[in-house]
Amino acid sequence: MKLTINGEEHELPAATLAEALALLEYEDDWLATAVNGELVHRADRANHHLRDRDRIEVLSPMQGG
Amino acid sequence: MPQFYGTELRSRLLLGTARYPSPASLAEAVRRSGTDIVTVSLRRETAGGRSGGAFFELVRELGVRVLPNTAGCHSVSEAVLTAKMAREVFSTDWIKLEVIGHHDTLQPDVFGLVEAARILTGEGFEVFPYTTDDLVVAERLLEAGCKVLMPWCAPIGSAMGPQNLQGLRAMRAEFPDVPLIVDAGIGRPSHAATVMELGYDAVLLNTAVAGAADPAAMAEAFAKAIEAGHMAFHAGLLEPRDMAVPSTPVIGKAVFS
Repeated sequence: MKLTINGEEHELPAATLAEALALLEYEDDWLATAVNGELVHRADRANHHLRDRDRIEVLSPMQGG
Repeated sequence: MPQFYGTELRSRLLLGTARYPSPASLAEAVRRSGTDIVTVSLRRETAGGRSGGAFFELVRELGVRVLPNTAGCHSVSEAVLTAKMAREVFSTDWIKLEVIGHHDTLQPDVFGLVEAARILTGEGFEVFPYTTDDLVVAERLLEAGCKVLMPWCAPIGSAMGPQNLQGLRAMRAEFPDVPLIVDAGIGRPSHAATVMELGYDAVLLNTAVAGAADPAAMAEAFAKAIEAGHMAFHAGLLEPRDMAVPSTPVIGKAVFS
């Protein structure tokens, strides 16, 4: 399935958001995720089924002012 | 001490965490500033990346409260989604709401700001809006559910200091019971003291500390200036006058000729 993750194209055999994150070795403790502009809570990632060409954002804490 | 959304703070200085020479210098500046609120952000994590986690661990070890921001958001939808993602990561309802309207000045899009504030307060967020010194916008933000206002004093990162003292003074007078934080544009401790002398409750700054040759020492200098300005406001400042007034009594002056 074709996915755009943080602006980059990926071809991944992932059925759910949790699987996609695991395949790309994202560490899970502090991440926030959104699919197609909607927040997907940490607890819902394993049940969130992906579709071809979904756009995924994976954010983490960063310095800010 | 100031209360923001029912939380009483130990310090009137809110410190940003960006642009320090090293994580160690950030940590030292935070400690020496005495602040108990630092601002943080969210950015894309790289696959397998550890940068976000390492930074978050550092902040946790500092034992301060975090105020996540929506820096760089130029639309209501971006800001709202970023706020929700920040709540997921940082487990706080606090959000420093930025909706940027102008690329060069980073002036807030005040129309989008009010709209985003209304959406977020409706979802339980406690919003700290980065706004201008416009009183009408301030009124709308309060109507939208904000209980704190954060007017700029100059463009973000400019270090220009307060550009419109009368505007800041008017906002203080118009909203005597609303916690007011000057955010953005502070360059020197004297700038911070000046706005605190107007009766502001706190100052949020970042670049002036992070960009100093000795960030930790500058953080402490700001903390002292902010306390001095606050104390001076409550001590009652003299109003300037046009003519000289002798400070030494004239009565009893010797006559030598």
